[in-house]
Amino acid sequence: MKRQALGLLACLRATLLRELQIAASSPGKIVNPLMFFVIASALFPLSGRLDLAVLGSIAPGILWVTALLAVMLSMEGLFRSDFDDGTLEQLLLSSQPLYFHLLVKVLGHWLVTGLPLVVIAPLLGLLLNLPAAGYQPLILGLLLGTPTLSLVAAIGTALTVGLARSGLLLAVLVLPLSIPVLVFGAGVVDTALNGLPVAGLFSLLGALLLLAASLAPLAIAASLRISVQ
Amino acid sequence: MLQWLYKLGSPRHFYEMTTGFLPWLAGTTFLLLGIGLVWGLGFAPPDYQMGDNFRIIYIHVPTATGAIWIYAMMATMAAMHLVWNLKVADMVAKSCGIVGTSFCAIALFTGAFWGKPTWGTYWIWDAKLTSFLILLFVYVGVMALRSAFDSETSASKAASVLTLVGVVNLPIIYYAAVWWNTLHQGPSVLGDRDASANPPEIWIPAFFSGFGLIGLLFLIVILHTRNEILYRERRAQWVQELLDGERAHA
Repeated sequence: MKRQALGLLACLRATLLRELQIAASSPGKIVNPLMFFVIASALFPLSGRLDLAVLGSIAPGILWVTALLAVMLSMEGLFRSDFDDGTLEQLLLSSQPLYFHLLVKVLGHWLVTGLPLVVIAPLLGLLLNLPAAGYQPLILGLLLGTPTLSLVAAIGTALTVGLARSGLLLAVLVLPLSIPVLVFGAGVVDTALNGLPVAGLFSLLGALLLLAASLAPLAIAASLRISVQ
Repeated sequence: MLQWLYKLGSPRHFYEMTTGFLPWLAGTTFLLLGIGLVWGLGFAPPDYQMGDNFRIIYIHVPTATGAIWIYAMMATMAAMHLVWNLKVADMVAKSCGIVGTSFCAIALFTGAFWGKPTWGTYWIWDAKLTSFLILLFVYVGVMALRSAFDSETSASKAASVLTLVGVVNLPIIYYAAVWWNTLHQGPSVLGDRDASANPPEIWIPAFFSGFGLIGLLFLIVILHTRNEILYRERRAQWVQELLDGERAHA
């Protein structure tokens, strides 16, 4: 019996489902970035006798920096097991376009690592005394910004997947490139707290997301081809 | 022209062509640098506001400008390496990375030592300063990635990809820094001074030292690339012959 080749859409759906199933089978993948986010944010108030008002004013920055680190650290495993068991090589040889496959793979990864961060962020906002006006821009900003961070971090992951110890190197590569998202993301909350209009900044975050979604898969694909040799 | 470029792409030809050209480049560079620095540091009149502190300009401005343009050169080389698989392009890119990092660091340090007496602080989170700091981070990232690989081929390809990702990102980082800065503090007007107020005795030496430092930049890049060629081609016939010739000479 001849097996019928999968269409592109079916293939992408399979990729997404696979990513979700892998996450479901190892809950640590979802829980660990989340716990990192919570614990790292909680360290800041403990690091000094901070005035509550001061804490509230630096809360957007704290939340964004820790979210950025959580996303980056969670990405380390994105291609690791596929690289180890040869799935990645099959993927590169596949007749399906790598571009869409990678886009969906990062999306799947973001759904299990990035999205939970967005959901729990308001709770941390309470811990850090974030003023009421900051919650909506924080959530929407993270919703637009964390996928961009995932895409950028995926480039770094793809470049370092062939290396034995890549954690710190990944940070050195990815953190400078994530700065625009951090600036605009934390800026949205800050601007809202000052009572200024934030629509323009949301547009910028959206533009960064579109730019990352259109270009990052190309860089990820090129990097994977280098790593698998 | 194309054939000339093609020849330059072969390590051996690059090495042989630069051999004859190097003494001229080195001579011009040190002449320009010598004139610029001696004139600028020793004889140019002190600035009417900053006194002798302004003399840092003769190092600071060329290294800062250089740091940006070396990145552009490195990115062009990275693209050429990825598209045409030119080995020499990658060796030049590697050299550019080293020189660019040092120029960027020198620009930041001289800037800090200029800032202290004139602005009263070594560092402020000004858009220009911030984006230079991040440029330094990106340079360091490219070098770190390159050194992490055992295989020369993977290292060069990976570094090239990261360099190109950086090219897309650097303008965004710059505008993010400008925007962020205008939100948090008033734009610093520290650098704004009437250009026409500077007499020729001040800017002519800057011209010399500027071109001198550009010459120095190319000199280091070429010398480092030549070393890299000898190292990577150490098993090639022509390198062996070259070394035998040197030994016989000695």
